[in-house]
Amino acid sequence: MTSLDTGLSRADAQNAAREVRKRKVQAFLFVVPLLVFVVLAFVAPIATMLYRSVHNPTVANLVPETLAALSDWSGETLPDDAVLTQFAVDLKRMANDRTSGQIADEINRALPGMSSVVKATARSLRRVDDADLATNGAALLLAANDRWAEPDTWRALKAAGRVYTADYYLTSVDLEHTAGGGIVQRDTQIYKKLYVKTLRMALIITLLTILLGYPLAFYMAHASDGLANFLMVFVLLPFWTSLLVRTTAWIALLQTNGVVNSTLMATGITDAPIEMLYTEFSTIIAMTHILLPFMVLPLYAVMRGIDSSFMRAAISMGSRPLGAWYKIYLPMSLPGLSAGALLVFIISVGYYITPALVGGTDGQMISNIIAFHMRESNNWELAAALGSLLLLLILLLYWLFDRFVGTDNIKLG
Amino acid sequence: MKKNLTLLATLALTASPLAAQDLTVTSFGGAYGAAQKEHMIDPFVAETGTNILFEDYGGGIAEMKAQVEAGNIQWDVVDIEVIDLERACAEGYLEVIDQSVLPAGDDGVAAADDFIEDALANECGVGNIVWSVVFAVNTENGPGPQTIAEFFDTEAFPGKRGLRKRPQVNMEWALIADGVAPEDVYETLATEEGQARAFAKLDTIKADIVWYDSWSQAPVLLNDGGAQMVQSANGRIFAAIQDDGAPFQIVWDSHVYDLDVWAIMKGTPNKEKAMEFIQFATRTVPLSGMQDVAYGPTRRSAQALLPESVKQDLPTAHLDVGLKADGIFWADYGETLGEKFNEWLLQ
Repeated sequence: MTSLDTGLSRADAQNAAREVRKRKVQAFLFVVPLLVFVVLAFVAPIATMLYRSVHNPTVANLVPETLAALSDWSGETLPDDAVLTQFAVDLKRMANDRTSGQIADEINRALPGMSSVVKATARSLRRVDDADLATNGAALLLAANDRWAEPDTWRALKAAGRVYTADYYLTSVDLEHTAGGGIVQRDTQIYKKLYVKTLRMALIITLLTILLGYPLAFYMAHASDGLANFLMVFVLLPFWTSLLVRTTAWIALLQTNGVVNSTLMATGITDAPIEMLYTEFSTIIAMTHILLPFMVLPLYAVMRGIDSSFMRAAISMGSRPLGAWYKIYLPMSLPGLSAGALLVFIISVGYYITPALVGGTDGQMISNIIAFHMRESNNWELAAALGSLLLLLILLLYWLFDRFVGTDNIKLG
Repeated sequence: MKKNLTLLATLALTASPLAAQDLTVTSFGGAYGAAQKEHMIDPFVAETGTNILFEDYGGGIAEMKAQVEAGNIQWDVVDIEVIDLERACAEGYLEVIDQSVLPAGDDGVAAADDFIEDALANECGVGNIVWSVVFAVNTENGPGPQTIAEFFDTEAFPGKRGLRKRPQVNMEWALIADGVAPEDVYETLATEEGQARAFAKLDTIKADIVWYDSWSQAPVLLNDGGAQMVQSANGRIFAAIQDDGAPFQIVWDSHVYDLDVWAIMKGTPNKEKAMEFIQFATRTVPLSGMQDVAYGPTRRSAQALLPESVKQDLPTAHLDVGLKADGIFWADYGETLGEKFNEWLLQ
């Protein structure tokens, strides 16, 4: 139809359309590397993390027959001997394959203290011959440890055998399933406290960077170009220095016989060294230092763009300097302040290396526990659940920020 | 799924610096690592021309577990404390070693008779040293505690205590300090009440503990004043006193003695080379070299080579006041107590 209206032949229109398509494809090809990178490095890991936090097939793969036999068990009494014998046979096979440790870990997560029971039983069953085990498995299992006679143990096995589960999220907020199916507080409360502590520390760090960064950025923005550039080097130099070097420098400064303590003692301010390293205090002070450029740079960029005649006009019309700053300058520098605060806060919520190095046990943040579950306890599912909650928390905070401050009010320069 | 994640991680990190190595041997570093390098690694490299990357780790099975479960084996040979060996072997992180290929001692006695009993007790390892976890005090500011009970007495002996950040040995010590007889320690620790009792005792010094991860940090903490007393492998303190003249004292009361073995990571592509290294490193002469850091060799033929003067510094001279580390207990309870310990740390 268009071809008739514009006087173009059908062939011309097709050519033009082909040309447009070609350009679109070309443009798309340009962004393909970025797209692939984003998918591989960002979308895929996060999707995997979310999936992992609810999906754990380990037990289902290790003892499928036992779980099948358990499927129509009421959960009230001890399962019948056929189930017990099947599990005893499975346990011997796993002991020989060297996989009994895996199932012990998994059952232990559902019912703490079971790891030693499973492992010791597996070790004793290794020596029993197959025929004996097939006929007499249940009795051997019950003889190996009293806990095999408790329905709780089998409920734990059944629970551990579920491929999809929300239990890791319950653990992340210090809750657990009871035998009856209800949800109660866990005996040891760890993670909720850690989330609160992480947010509190991030908030303190953000406030400290504002306190230190705002006056500095203000001074730099209104200094002569030469002086501003000179000062900028001092902001950027630590920014370019390795994170590890800066963190280690704080260790040298804050340790028991470090620079700060020897100075305090030499000047007679204190008699004995103050314990500063491996505390929450040292984590906060080192992170404030490390994150300060993230506050200063956006603030400086925005303040450079503020015309100083506004302030002069306000003062010449009778406003006090502080009042003029509050009414004129602060609202105009707010986009930079928002950007800096958001950057510092979000980076510090997920910070890992500095608390790990200078935090001791007192200054640990949620990211350190996630790393612990990834690297040491090998509970990747719980690590994924904790990580997903952290992601959710940050999205929630961003939403709140958008509600009250507005994301249009963010400016990096 | 772990494989996929690891693949992503590997893609992200691209070139691995380990690619050029024929064999990666992992041990505990510090003075002990230096002695192993001098008497085992360097002679082996000279004799066979193999490139060896000699790495450090802090002990425990976590890193082995991660490598095996992710199917990404980075180590070939690893030095393991027997307190962790049973668990690592039972959970399938180590290869089974054919002990019949071990060479006879230099005096001609067959390996099976030359090695001390515990050295070949586990099918996944070949004994390397007899060593001990002791505590040491810095005597610069006067004498320190002389018993485990005094180590837990913060009133009589104020100051920071450096402890290795894991339940092993700390739990045993807490019970002994609380009055449990050494021979009942593991039996007590197997019960809920015993575990609660150990944590309660550790609570009394919790505020004064400086945690460290790797044995090599122990003498450093004692030296720079980070702690007034530290838990340590005996050889590290011995080396600091011997080589640097440090004002340290080793306290043998209730030391927990153990063996270290050489083991091979499960699934390593260099298994033959790894076995070749272990055969070399556990011959009489390389083993006797471990006396440099006051660790007893695990071959009788190597013990015969030791001068009288070093024998009093070896754990074997103090067995009457010591407790033998129970690898089987820790194989069974390592996971449970590890988790409880970590929760206790965070409380």
